Amino acid sequence: MVEAPAPDKLQASKEAWKIAAQVPDPEIPAVNVSDLGILRSVEIDENGIVVAKVTPTYSGCPAVLAIELAIEAALLKAGYKVRIERVTSPAWTTDWITDDGRRKLKEYGIAPPERASGSVRSLFGETQVSCPQCGSAETIRISEFGSTACKALYRCETCREPFDYFKCI
Amino acid sequence: MAHDKVLFEILIRLADDHLVLGHRLSEWCGHAPMLEEDLSMPNMALDLIGQARSLYAYAGEIENRGRDEDAIAYLRTEPEYKNLLLVEKPNEDFAHTMLRQFYFAVFMEEFWKEAISSSDNTLAGIAGKAMKEIAYHIRHCGEWIIRLGDGTEESSRRMRAAVEVLHPYTDEMFDHDDVVAAAVSAEIIPDPLLLRPRWEQGVQTVFKAAKITMPNDYWALRGGRAGQHGEEMGFLLADLQYMQRTYPGMTW
Repeated sequence: MVEAPAPDKLQASKEAWKIAAQVPDPEIPAVNVSDLGILRSVEIDENGIVVAKVTPTYSGCPAVLAIELAIEAALLKAGYKVRIERVTSPAWTTDWITDDGRRKLKEYGIAPPERASGSVRSLFGETQVSCPQCGSAETIRISEFGSTACKALYRCETCREPFDYFKCI
Repeated sequence: MAHDKVLFEILIRLADDHLVLGHRLSEWCGHAPMLEEDLSMPNMALDLIGQARSLYAYAGEIENRGRDEDAIAYLRTEPEYKNLLLVEKPNEDFAHTMLRQFYFAVFMEEFWKEAISSSDNTLAGIAGKAMKEIAYHIRHCGEWIIRLGDGTEESSRRMRAAVEVLHPYTDEMFDHDDVVAAAVSAEIIPDPLLLRPRWEQGVQTVFKAAKITMPNDYWALRGGRAGQHGEEMGFLLADLQYMQRTYPGMTW
């Protein structure tokens, strides 16, 4: 029989989660690691070490290391012993971005990813993206690849402003 | 052949494909014909090098001789690299670069689709991520092949010239040898022969829209999987390995 974790341990891991979850994304500081769904779990192991599991958005995302270090630093500062584990399976998907995260992205000027990933395969079958500034659906894709691996570049034909779109994967 | 030895060899082949192609793409950084492409190629390179890192790190673990991803990526000699000849071919013009990327990406998408149910859990995990990333590469390159192939007289001529040069290198992707046979029977990787018709169909769909004929009479070129590379590989490695060869053990 598996022993249920002691209530104080459960409480402690909840507090550690709160601290880790506050860490902002270095590229998009408007959202934190919990909003993006890249902080997978925070648990306390049998030796009292906080184990934070983090998943990268893209395999080659250069921010992964910075994010891991920032989470480690935040937890160390709060007095915990820390171990960061990188998990790649199951693969991160934009569907894990929380509703709160989507709202924050939009307010920051980045169009949040459309739900239901996996529609990218159809050639020329483009998803409709609404302008985060004025809400218009009249937008065109300027570039499939943007300033970071997770974004594409769009322009609004109504308000004429360019904007980033958080790609669906 | 021992299971770990087969797995290690497979991981090295895959990792080398991704590192070398990622390096080739990165050579465009700052030289692309327009800003959007200057962003797209390093972005694709980043995906490939990220995938290579996961594969090298895992290969180092399996080998269990204390080599980390950097030691394997930077401190081997040319015959120890097992990448396909296709991925080391020089960038030449934009048509060559896009076509090389497209050939490889269509193959890898089919490969990863099957590898997500690999008997090896770590490889399956890498496949799950890579599969999503590569879908963007296929779409991007596919659009360029259509635009150039069905474009102006010059763009069409260049695209057809690229097909003539690069197509003979595609057979190597489907080659069987002892390592592949052992890895297929251990269900580590899908049988490349099964992927061939799907690859041909994927390429054919785009070629049709691009008004390009698929070559069927050519002399297939191979050798990379056996560590026999073209002249251009030496120059590539000289560039890739420069820092580690000049300042051994350096870190950022």
